Amino acid sequence: MGNNHQLKDQGSVRSRAIGMRLFLIYVLLYLGFMGIVLFWPDVLSWRPLGGVNLAIAYGMGLIASAFVLALIYMVACRGRSPDA
Amino acid sequence: MLYDSSPVAIAIFASFVLGVIGLSFWLGRKGQSAKGYYAAHGEIHWFVNGIAFAGDYLSAASFLGICGMIAFYGYDGFLYSIGFLAGWIVALFVIAEPIKALGKFTFADALDARFNSRGIKFAVAISTLIVSIFYLIPQMVGAGHLIVPLLGLPHAVGVILVGVAVTLIVVTAGMVSTTWVQFIKGSLLVFFCGILTIMILNRGLVLNAGRQGEEDLRPQVQTQTPDGRVLVNGEPQTTENDLRPVGTIHKLPERYGDARETGPLRPLQYLSTLEDSQVVTWSAKKHTDDKGVHTTFTPTIREGKDLLKPGGYFKGLSSGTLTDRLNFASLMLALFCGTASLPHILIRYYTVKDAAAARKSTVVGIAAIGGFYVLTLYLGLGAMTSGYLDPTSSNMAAPLLAKSFSETLFAVISAIAFTTVLGTVSGLIMAGSGAVAHDLIENCFGVTMNDHEKVRAGKISAVFLGVVAMALGILFKNFNVSFLVGWAFHIAASANLPALVMLLFWPRTTKQGITAAVTVGMVSSLGWILLSADTFEKVYGLPRGDSPIPFSQPGLVTIPLGFLVLILVSLVTPRQEPRQVVDA
Repeated sequence: MGNNHQLKDQGSVRSRAIGMRLFLIYVLLYLGFMGIVLFWPDVLSWRPLGGVNLAIAYGMGLIASAFVLALIYMVACRGRSPDA
Repeated sequence: MLYDSSPVAIAIFASFVLGVIGLSFWLGRKGQSAKGYYAAHGEIHWFVNGIAFAGDYLSAASFLGICGMIAFYGYDGFLYSIGFLAGWIVALFVIAEPIKALGKFTFADALDARFNSRGIKFAVAISTLIVSIFYLIPQMVGAGHLIVPLLGLPHAVGVILVGVAVTLIVVTAGMVSTTWVQFIKGSLLVFFCGILTIMILNRGLVLNAGRQGEEDLRPQVQTQTPDGRVLVNGEPQTTENDLRPVGTIHKLPERYGDARETGPLRPLQYLSTLEDSQVVTWSAKKHTDDKGVHTTFTPTIREGKDLLKPGGYFKGLSSGTLTDRLNFASLMLALFCGTASLPHILIRYYTVKDAAAARKSTVVGIAAIGGFYVLTLYLGLGAMTSGYLDPTSSNMAAPLLAKSFSETLFAVISAIAFTTVLGTVSGLIMAGSGAVAHDLIENCFGVTMNDHEKVRAGKISAVFLGVVAMALGILFKNFNVSFLVGWAFHIAASANLPALVMLLFWPRTTKQGITAAVTVGMVSSLGWILLSADTFEKVYGLPRGDSPIPFSQPGLVTIPLGFLVLILVSLVTPRQEPRQVVDA
């Protein structure tokens, strides 16, 4: 029981560390988008990808990256705690 | 615009509502404990909970509001999609697993898990009620607005219908039935919006869609006379003399030559083709004289590339003034911070068995919600160019888009829109019921109850809140409610998030710090909103310039204020030895 509890605590600490790193990545992406919208809005008309402008590409990218980061987190946390 | 009631829509809607109420009675026939009523015994599978997150979170604001905003203004509605979804990252990486380990039934349980403080219980219960009420009002008003074209009945009937249905759902089986209603609603919403998007792409872009012959760019005028009559272009409004539906493609890209339609388009191709097209949008301007209130709808031909970038609704982004930028940044901050602070979302974490299930269900929720928000861009743009928009109502954009394909699809989408309200309102009533019965009556006021009495108190609270919700939905019928959901996010983010984050990550947090942070966050954000220029103009009918507040969205000030107050108060109050929390 004691070992299980220790494992659980270590697993939680590692999960939290992974979560914080992935969270910071997303925060930077989000802040980047907000920065462009607020200070360089003309850049959003640029069409880098398949004829779609940066406003749409970045916005869709933020939604997609949320899911990708979530999946990475789920896989990374698997096996790190007795609950997983 | 006038609508004919749709018997098919009524039949589908009635089937669904009766179905979920029947499911609730079946689920509720087993004896209930408090853990069953408030937390579904903690036995909900993580996948079901993930979809239920979508059913709980995707309210009328997401489905009808965002689609309508994109249809009327272009890209800016998508900014709400981005902000709403970003908040789930905070929920997953910061909140989900720790909160599962704290608390039992309610958000107040989580914040008070280590302190056993009456002050925390009281402050958080009040915060939960205020956020829930601000979130409830636009849902109930939205339900009323949907019922008018669907059933041809007065607004109040829709409000009462949804209020009674939701109260029955919550009272019969509490969180168990609420979970399954949200699961069913979430699944149907994402599935049928996916179908609608495929149909939009398959149709492509059509010149003057929904019309025969040349497009009609004549302005239209609707007049509300002092004696309550409605005139259209000077004549009484009838089905033969009504506002023309609007929203069309004026010109396709040159590569299509004289073609009147593009044919089927791939997802990115749809967006790039629209960007190269010209679209007829319609703006409304009101003026009042002794004959009544006149709203003139005027067409404007706009380049697609201007519609698919920010600035259509948030005009300040183009002007570049400091206060407009601060306003926008504040709103996006509140959306980012608010999701993980919404009580009716947080209580869903108590329905799964452990932290790993909490994590997995959040990932499923992000997939469903993120997928839906991608679809909203296509739904909104499809509505913008469908030729079926009602210039008086952006909330009807999504159902009318469905109508441009078929009456059956209109019926299905309208019924789903209505049940979208059911799913969210049931979650809000559950959160409020817990705040009243569990946090205030039992924990704060110290009324001792056995398990059966706790469940009964929860049910009575749910009935009371249902009645309050109906009354507010009728009272605020003509209120501009599109920003009330934003207000709820600001209050939740300002009052709840600082306390939650610091409790989880700063051991020096004291009970006085939490109580002060919740109270100051709640009061400051509410006060800011009530004194803002938006409220002066849209609620009090006073000039915007009379407002003492520099910009309308408070989050940029009140969220950091909550953190600051918590830190300062915690530092000047005695450090407390936290109670050992046993994992739930």
